[in-house]
Amino acid sequence: MTSTGDRTTKTTPEANEMERWASLIGGGAMVLTGLSQRSLKGVLTALAGGGLVYQGLTKQSTIQQAQEALGINKPIKVEKTVTINKPADELYRYWHNFEQLPTFMKHLQSVKVYDAKRSHWIAKAPLANNVEWDAEILEDRENEFISWASVEGADIDNSGFVRFKKAPGERGTEVKVVLEYNIPGGGISAALAKLFGEEPEQQIGDDLRRFKMLMEAGEIATTEGQPTGKR
Amino acid sequence: MKAVCWQGANEVRVESVPDPTILNPRDAIIKITSTAICGSDLHIYGGYIPTVQKGDIIGHEFMGEVVEVGREVNNLKIGVDAKRLLPGDRVVVPSTIGCGNCAYCQRDMWSLCDNSNPNSWLEEKLFGNVTSAIYGYSHLLGGYAGAQAEYIRVPFADVGVVKVPSDIPDEKLLFISDAIPTGYMGAELCDIQPGDTVAVWGSGAVGLFAMISAYMMGAEKVIAIDRFPERLEMAKKYAKAEVINYEEVNAGEALKEMTGGRGPDACIDAVGLEAHGVGLEDFYDQTKQKLKLESDRPHVLREMMVACRKGGTLAIMGVYGGFVDKIPLGAAFNKGLTFRMGQMHGQKYMHLLLQQILDGKLDPSFVVTHQLPLAEAAHGYHIFQQKKDNCVKVVLKP
Repeated sequence: MTSTGDRTTKTTPEANEMERWASLIGGGAMVLTGLSQRSLKGVLTALAGGGLVYQGLTKQSTIQQAQEALGINKPIKVEKTVTINKPADELYRYWHNFEQLPTFMKHLQSVKVYDAKRSHWIAKAPLANNVEWDAEILEDRENEFISWASVEGADIDNSGFVRFKKAPGERGTEVKVVLEYNIPGGGISAALAKLFGEEPEQQIGDDLRRFKMLMEAGEIATTEGQPTGKR
Repeated sequence: MKAVCWQGANEVRVESVPDPTILNPRDAIIKITSTAICGSDLHIYGGYIPTVQKGDIIGHEFMGEVVEVGREVNNLKIGVDAKRLLPGDRVVVPSTIGCGNCAYCQRDMWSLCDNSNPNSWLEEKLFGNVTSAIYGYSHLLGGYAGAQAEYIRVPFADVGVVKVPSDIPDEKLLFISDAIPTGYMGAELCDIQPGDTVAVWGSGAVGLFAMISAYMMGAEKVIAIDRFPERLEMAKKYAKAEVINYEEVNAGEALKEMTGGRGPDACIDAVGLEAHGVGLEDFYDQTKQKLKLESDRPHVLREMMVACRKGGTLAIMGVYGGFVDKIPLGAAFNKGLTFRMGQMHGQKYMHLLLQQILDGKLDPSFVVTHQLPLAEAAHGYHIFQQKKDNCVKVVLKP
């Protein structure tokens, strides 16, 4: 698919055919592995691996398949979409600089980017028990899609993706985020409450709202610190 | 500073609270010179608006002088004479808070702003979506500190104020903040055609401005419906309205008679959720509301739906907060009525209305019946709610 020049152009049909099969088989295998892991990370890995399979999969609704795959182990998975009145490239650029994410993601304390693929994340938790992990970008399509997952050794195994899609008409960009957390052992709800409070879905929704405010209005609306009478 | 703080149903108190500060780059701090008690403040006062907390500073109709601006408040982005906003500038501030950059603000639907409400999750759960914040109007609608105070923080000041000349008294300008654009929008939503008859329920400030606006837009006849003789007198005198006192005559029948049996072409609700009816129906709503079985009393809505002519338009500017019972949807459906409503889009109308005042075509100061120092806010609320002392509009002077 990346072949250039006269010599290879002539053999393009064959090569493409070969590559298609290769990616179908390879990607298919990765998808199967991913699905057997029954996790979003698995699916994302699979999608990153198989270009053609990815096409097929997305047409059949990635989310639905992921949900079906995720049904049994019940990791905590949240998804939210918000429409932002800005072009996709602008939003993608801001998001891709992971170190800026804590500006609007309240549960994050900091993100340190090591290189093009790797970064280190620290999430806030009460009593200074921060939760940390290294994350790796699985797939990165400019102005469209970023997926990532924690690597071995994470305090809480997690993965997710953000997708930027042009909204119909002049309505800006639809930004969809899917996150999943695999919390080891029992105490899932306790660990989750540490990270997100009682309602993770709402927290992610609030994070996205803050992202929208920051991108559109240039600041995040707040009433914290304003005067009030005696409560 | 001193501020009017809500204490619970039917109780407000002037307390000492800290001065507001700049919290965000687009903020400005305004020293308030005049602030009014709006009819919709009575819904808060009466305890009908959910998520108002003890100690909340209330009030949303105000004007004053800029004393401080945040680092991102550069040029005023709305209006014909966009200029830099500076301390010392005299401004009127619309009650709804818009960011200016979201899809709704950019389409001039400022009260539907996506970005001004920091408690959006709450509203999203109740209403399915978030609307703009309103100063001093519950945590559901943003939780911003209100305007019945000496100072106020104004977010998104570059799009959230209109500069006004210094040689015109407050009473002529103050109502550009809320009552006039609300009334004006009510008339605009009616899509008035030359020769139309427009009926307006409620002859408070918003109702009166809706009547005046209806004439501006070509109405031939305006009918005012209220129960207080002094308000109906004002509607006659200042808005050239024919009047109906619904405690003396059946409003529906009177409207039919006054419109040749057709019914008004458009109806404007300038009352909202604390509407009064008569007889059994009123008893039903009052009781259900007290028992919390319905949140709003929709008497005016019902009457409008039955009174309006076939194919007519209803504009709802009075505030509703939740759920209403026994709505004659059959009448509305079979008569093909159009419903239009919403919190007013202040920033859309303010410059136009300021121009009307500067040109001498509109002098809204007639609605002010009481001017009190801020310290007497509790008295102001009491007489306004009880309609004592012929009270139509109270202006507080911090």
